Amino acid sequence: MSAFHVLVEVRLRPGIADPQGATIERALPALGFTGVHGVGVGKAIRFTVEAADEDHARRQAEEMTERLLSNPVIEEAAIDVRAVVAP
Amino acid sequence: MTARIGVVVFPGTNCEHDVVAALAREGGKAELVWHGERSLGGYDAIVLPGGFAHGDYLRPGAIARFSPVMEAVATFAADGGPVVGICNGFQVLTEAGLLPGALQKNRDLRFLCTTVGIRVETLRTPLTAAAVQGAVLQIPINHFEGNYTCDVETLARLRDEDRVVFRYTDNPNGSVDDIAGVCNAEGNVVGLMPHPERASDLLLGSADGVPLLRSLLEAAGSRASLPA
Repeated sequence: MSAFHVLVEVRLRPGIADPQGATIERALPALGFTGVHGVGVGKAIRFTVEAADEDHARRQAEEMTERLLSNPVIEEAAIDVRAVVAP
Repeated sequence: MTARIGVVVFPGTNCEHDVVAALAREGGKAELVWHGERSLGGYDAIVLPGGFAHGDYLRPGAIARFSPVMEAVATFAADGGPVVGICNGFQVLTEAGLLPGALQKNRDLRFLCTTVGIRVETLRTPLTAAAVQGAVLQIPINHFEGNYTCDVETLARLRDEDRVVFRYTDNPNGSVDDIAGVCNAEGNVVGLMPHPERASDLLLGSADGVPLLRSLLEAAGSRASLPA
């Protein structure tokens, strides 16, 4: 078994209203940041998981994301898996 | 046989006593059911009350849907038993897949605690059978994530199948098609963001929730009188 760092980035599906993102986008020009578009607010969920190999780690992360970490009705997710490098 | 209504309590639920008291005022017999229960045998209707089940961590209802009692709720619903989710209970039912769609953050990112008008759109559910079609009820809302969202196909199906149970007369939270409550295809599972139990007495500012509570008691009564 090896350990893998997993990062699940959950974001709203395209077309789902994102009032938090819109509010941040409206606030940025006040700080002088003009020309910022497409601000989206999501969640980042990090953990390490023991698995036989990277494929298994990814499959587990995908199932967790489907069943718990995201709500597929309104959210989608990107999953990043990296082997833990021993110090 | 007196009908018994189970009111499910998750860690963080906070409207369970209001629901029990409001149902009792109308002559019902309601009892608290801890979320660790695996059986709902003996109950004739189930209410998932409002609050913050499991702290609303991750998403409202996301953790609660895996509580042991939820499998029993799904079985009870599949058997045609009346199930009503109020506010957080509605969120739990959508997360559990017992109702379609999802409840998102309110359009204006404000927690809303106010009384709103909702129109009764169908009488085919255990929560509305004794109400008046088209009646506008004044019922309190109290939520941050009450913005009902679903895809266009789901919305078309909800409309075609007479499954929009309540609509806001003045949409407070951005819900698609002004939806305040929906039901499943069979009509026995209902979810709504407003709190009928908080409109159960004129002293509370409105008694407009009473026909809804009575509907539920009648539905539970009919189920109690069925042969086991």
